[in-house]
Amino acid sequence: MNAASDLGPALLEVRGLSKSFGTLRALQEVDFTLQAGEIHALLGENGAGKSTLIKAVTGVFPRDAGIVRLSGTEVALRSAKAAVDAGIATVYQEVNLLLNLSVAQNLYLGRQPTRLGLVREAEMRRNATALLAEFDLHIDVAEPLGNYSVAVQHIAAIARAVDQSARVLILDEPTASLDRHEVEILFAVMRKLATRGIGVVFVTHFLDQVYEICDRITVLRNGRLIGERKTAELPRIELIRMMLGRELAETTSERAAAQVRQAGELCARFEGYGKAGYVAPFDLALRRGEVVGLAGLLGSGRTETARLVFGAERADSGSATVDGKPVRLQSPRDAVAHGFGYCPEERKTEGIIADLTVRENIVLALQAKRGLAKPLSRSEQDEISMRFIRLLDIRPPEPERPIGLLSGGNQQKVLLARWLATAPRVLVLDEPTRGIDVGAHAEIIRLIRELCNDGLALLVISSELDEIVTYSDRVIVLRDRAHVDELEGEAIDICNILAAIAASSTIGAEAGQA
Amino acid sequence: MMQRLLQSRGLAQIVALLVILAIDRAVSPQFFDVRMQDGRLFGSLIDVLNRGAPVALLALGMVLVIATRGIDLSVGAVMAIAGAIAASLADTYGLPLALAAALGAGLLCGLWNGFLVAVLGIQPIVATLILMVAGRGVAQLITEGRIVTFTAPDLVWLGNGAVLGVPTPVAVVLGMLIVTGVVVRGSALGLLIEATGGNARASELAGIGTRAMILAVYVWCGLCAALAGVIAAADIMGADANNAGLWLELDAILAVVIGGTSLFGGRFSLVLAMVGALIIQAMNTGILLSGYPPEFNLLVKAAVVLIVLLLQSPRFASAGAVLGRARQ
Repeated sequence: MNAASDLGPALLEVRGLSKSFGTLRALQEVDFTLQAGEIHALLGENGAGKSTLIKAVTGVFPRDAGIVRLSGTEVALRSAKAAVDAGIATVYQEVNLLLNLSVAQNLYLGRQPTRLGLVREAEMRRNATALLAEFDLHIDVAEPLGNYSVAVQHIAAIARAVDQSARVLILDEPTASLDRHEVEILFAVMRKLATRGIGVVFVTHFLDQVYEICDRITVLRNGRLIGERKTAELPRIELIRMMLGRELAETTSERAAAQVRQAGELCARFEGYGKAGYVAPFDLALRRGEVVGLAGLLGSGRTETARLVFGAERADSGSATVDGKPVRLQSPRDAVAHGFGYCPEERKTEGIIADLTVRENIVLALQAKRGLAKPLSRSEQDEISMRFIRLLDIRPPEPERPIGLLSGGNQQKVLLARWLATAPRVLVLDEPTRGIDVGAHAEIIRLIRELCNDGLALLVISSELDEIVTYSDRVIVLRDRAHVDELEGEAIDICNILAAIAASSTIGAEAGQA
Repeated sequence: MMQRLLQSRGLAQIVALLVILAIDRAVSPQFFDVRMQDGRLFGSLIDVLNRGAPVALLALGMVLVIATRGIDLSVGAVMAIAGAIAASLADTYGLPLALAAALGAGLLCGLWNGFLVAVLGIQPIVATLILMVAGRGVAQLITEGRIVTFTAPDLVWLGNGAVLGVPTPVAVVLGMLIVTGVVVRGSALGLLIEATGGNARASELAGIGTRAMILAVYVWCGLCAALAGVIAAADIMGADANNAGLWLELDAILAVVIGGTSLFGGRFSLVLAMVGALIIQAMNTGILLSGYPPEFNLLVKAAVVLIVLLLQSPRFASAGAVLGRARQ
């Protein structure tokens, strides 16, 4: 890679790291280099492998291949504790401290100063006050940590880590729940640590923050290293392309297939639809036989749009019509009754019911739609499940197998079958190819095209821009929880989408105000 | 293949029941003797069924609640309330009204629990704890702290009579089992309850009215508990608000768990919950017949709980599989 390691061995060096979960290759031959005294952004969309990389490096789980060097010496970290002892500290988004204990106790938990086996409270507090003062934090360390803001909790967690002689500090989405002012405080701490020679890895999905504080950027996508650049030499649009897109040439040829379709009649329309603090009001028209793609970065409001459309979240403004008639979509139940279906991104927690069989998972939405009093007979259930197992080539083709035992791709097909069985008008697919191996990936995309040809209106969310470009008839681009652009026909290509995403994103824009 | 799986699923419970019955037989040689007297069957075996009726009724409601990943600790207290109401009203107003009032109270109790869990989103164990404590107080208020006795013959019949030779409580349990079975498995309710218990968020997104589902099972549980309370009162021809149904919620939960329904919700079996209730009662009766002091009952019960939970734990199962393979 182009990581020109200039002066001696890097602080942290990862080479050829691989990690698989079952058939899913979460990390493939990833390299990562962290120099002393730098703030290094680790970027990528959901499922890109950021968390896996961090956890494999810090010994939370074993790695399949690859080496980790600290200051040039190879280390084999077998547990999170071993990583801390070696000088790699990780602070997660959810602070791993005890909110009911005092700040001082949290800072020195497990290593309290003692005399004759008794904790020396006064000395511990003095030390704690001095330690936090280094971070310009002057608070009463005897107060419970839970009394302070999340930012203070983060700084306490960082202070604890650094005080345990950390040389590498990994911050996993520390700013997700902080306001602007708190972010400033945290950044001041990060800069201070960098000047002391500590290497800071900063995981975030706020690009503005990356450009504000980071020296270098490493981008992962689909478990692979896409590149490592200096922040100053990487234009924002190029960064987004690294995160989302593939090479442009690959996709132009595939595009033709999608274009032959003609937009059918309007089947659902949303006007001024939105929810304060969630998604800014948007207009959305869904037509039969048309795929509308939602593109944007993580947290841009794609899933939020889908959930509003499906009634999983209640809109507080705007109106919805289905086949020209005004409807109220207050719950998924309402939406299902009006012919909507939704395959959520979180397949395991929001999609499958792991203990139930493939058959039961398939008939579930249809049964809910028909109501309690009209149960599907066992033979009807068998017929429906076998039909979709054949149609979608679900493997193994055993309707009585618990769905939890199927692979991710086959689980996704069962969820598709669940909705297709209800003969929906509108199908919303949130990241339908996430966490699915390559073969099933292509199949799902083929299915999306076929469904569309059958006259379904599809609303598809994907982080993979080439995928969106391949099957979409229209693409809606989101940024900062608002719909900011709509591309149609010839205009749909990765360059245009990237430009729309990157266009002067308003710094610190609060959600839902556009 | 599924058929065989289902059978093997109930096998452990049936075998356990047979083993315990065999032990009972060893302790008391006349255990299986059944005779007809005054148009009613008598014998130790009939006694197990009869004594087990209240817990069986409780388990019938509890199994649905547990299938939605809930729990209802208040059923014992609801029994006391329903028994107190039925006992207080039976002599003056007759059985139909007394029964209606008692069951109505059970329904209200179930609605209250369901409201707390489904609408307010309170954890089931805490939500039903409220009524567990308050309910006994309510029952004591109804009986004014006394043991209320009654003589109304039709209410007495509910506890001591017989239908075609079968003791009334046993007939009531059978009837309720059939009704519940038809309602739950004859409609789509069973599937939707299992889905809700298995993954409430996913079920909601599949268009299932999970709140209504949860509300319904607590209402049904309250109703079953009220019926159990009336039968328990009818049995002793009086209502003792302090002791009626005391700790029976735990027996009901135990019966459901022995019946193979996981406290994590999802799959449930009505019939196996009944078998669970029978196992518990067969143990109780066996210890009484053996002449050991009843204190042993609690220890034996504890041992059986431990064994059942061990058998159900995945770690134990995998250890068993390893042992089995080693032997081959």
